[in-house]
Amino acid sequence: MASSTPRSGPPDIARAPLVSAVVADRPRLPHLAKPAGPYRRAWWRLKRDRLAIASGLVLASVALIAYVVPLVITIDPYQQSLRDSLLPPGTPGHLLGTDNFGRDVLLRLIDGGRVSLTVGLFAVLISASVGGLIGLVAGYFGGWPDRVLMRIVDVQLGFPGILLALVIITILGAGLEKVTLAVGIGGIPRFARVVRGSVLNTKGDLYVEAARSVGATDLRIMFVHLVPQTLGAAITIATFGIATAILSIAGLSFLGLGAQPPQAEWGLMLSEARRYLRVAWWLAVFPGVAIMLVVLCVNLLGDAVRDALDPRISSTAD
Amino acid sequence: MAVFVGRRLVESIPVLILSSLLVFGILHLVPGDPVDAMMGAASFGISTPESQAALVAQIREQLGLNEPLPVQYVTWLWNALHFDFGQSFIRHQAVATLIGQRLPSTLELAGAALLLSVVIGMAFGTIAALRRHTWVDGAIMIVSLAGVSTPSFAFAMLLILIFSVTLGMLPATGSGSFDRLILPALVLGYEGTALIARLTRASLLEVLGREYITTARAKGLPRRTVVLRHALRNALIPVVTIVGLQVGRLLAGSIIVETVFARQGVGQLAIDAILQKDYPLVQGIILLTASTYVIANLLVDISYGFINPKIRTA
Repeated sequence: MASSTPRSGPPDIARAPLVSAVVADRPRLPHLAKPAGPYRRAWWRLKRDRLAIASGLVLASVALIAYVVPLVITIDPYQQSLRDSLLPPGTPGHLLGTDNFGRDVLLRLIDGGRVSLTVGLFAVLISASVGGLIGLVAGYFGGWPDRVLMRIVDVQLGFPGILLALVIITILGAGLEKVTLAVGIGGIPRFARVVRGSVLNTKGDLYVEAARSVGATDLRIMFVHLVPQTLGAAITIATFGIATAILSIAGLSFLGLGAQPPQAEWGLMLSEARRYLRVAWWLAVFPGVAIMLVVLCVNLLGDAVRDALDPRISSTAD
Repeated sequence: MAVFVGRRLVESIPVLILSSLLVFGILHLVPGDPVDAMMGAASFGISTPESQAALVAQIREQLGLNEPLPVQYVTWLWNALHFDFGQSFIRHQAVATLIGQRLPSTLELAGAALLLSVVIGMAFGTIAALRRHTWVDGAIMIVSLAGVSTPSFAFAMLLILIFSVTLGMLPATGSGSFDRLILPALVLGYEGTALIARLTRASLLEVLGREYITTARAKGLPRRTVVLRHALRNALIPVVTIVGLQVGRLLAGSIIVETVFARQGVGQLAIDAILQKDYPLVQGIILLTASTYVIANLLVDISYGFINPKIRTA
């Protein structure tokens, strides 16, 4: 990449979408009184992507149902009724049937959705905040902090995530919060690498120099000027991260290391369904479909978000 | 080339050392006394306080917990390098023996899954690329997108429902025979198949657009020769990397697949060991798998250098 100042030579196409001043000079962009920021333009592109809108709507409804229904309905998803155990789907009062304890599958599915979405978001929050901070510090300061931090990040990338999660669970013990923490820690290196990369790309820009010349502190430059520039890449990683986190946490719960009975959690529900597979297919099918649907939608949304934020990268590259 | 191999070798050493420190640390990072945690299961059948205390002392001695930390680490690492991972206090057997008993089952599963994903993934990816924008391409891409998004445990249970419960064609659980390998290998290989198919397609499409392909076509070479001899060879270079990354996926996947299909493999042993707080066994399994992963990736990187000479100088 050319190291000359951005003003000289042909416009740097690779960076154009992120630098609104350069883009606004180009004639074939939307005619507007005020140049729109890169995030607003990404939003326009995203809105035109039908598959993305559909995935987004599905996810929004899942989230709405998962978070709102428990507030409205007073029926307890943990309510056991052994007389009503293993009722098939379609039974009046139990749309998706009941499990071996006579608990309503639909209610448990809704409750489990709340759990899965919440822990997935939490895990990504952990990865994004710690990883983002590492990337910011490493990219901005360079030198030995960069070398030390990136060395550690690379070592973690070279160590399979599942093993790291197992080590953390061995130390902390089984449990949903511990699994969330373990999955969150596993996601740190990706954020650190991506944020560092985009900080390296922008910290040489003129506006950063301008900010420094009027006396802005390092902290202010990092958080006020550089963080917004890294958001694009971070949002893409975060979207895919949520899908991975939901899958990993459900997988670990399935193994008995995460959520513990009687909690309604999709992975755990599937695990418990194993013993009744021959007599009650609905116990396995509905949680399985729920996980697949949510993860597929998050992945489709991730593809669209990546394309919208950075139209030059094709969706096949990964 | 020698420099490239050498540098890659040196780079993987810190990963191995830090992994070993992490695994060694398990015993010392467990809140409270690890021996107390292990006593629960190990002391089964021992009732008198005196014999309990004697057992604690014995475990302490065997784990070397009375030594200073650096000495403990070096001793532990030295033994581990000789495949001596200590004793399992719950199973009363050497950790290496326990792993050795389970290893063939896991290797069989992982090997079958890898073979499946490489062969089917490359074939499907090539077909999709050659039939681009047709329904064949569309179908293959949808199936492979589903493969990336489907949790293996859900897919496994779906297959059991279809092939074991409904059709009664294949056994749902157990290990040791070929028909018991089919479903687990399909499940474990699905994600890899999907990834390899997507990557082969993308890479082949890119190569097919190059000028030398046009030249080969212009010479009047048959399509088969152009695709197989000219395009595919170059298109498969990125695929080799993915095959390396598969090793990690297979490790993660085999734990879940072995649990679903009740296969007596290393993955299931690991989960049992974690739940029983059988720390030496956990340490042994994790250290061994992590090393396998690092070495597999090292080999892939080096072979990558052989396949693509441009990498060596980079």
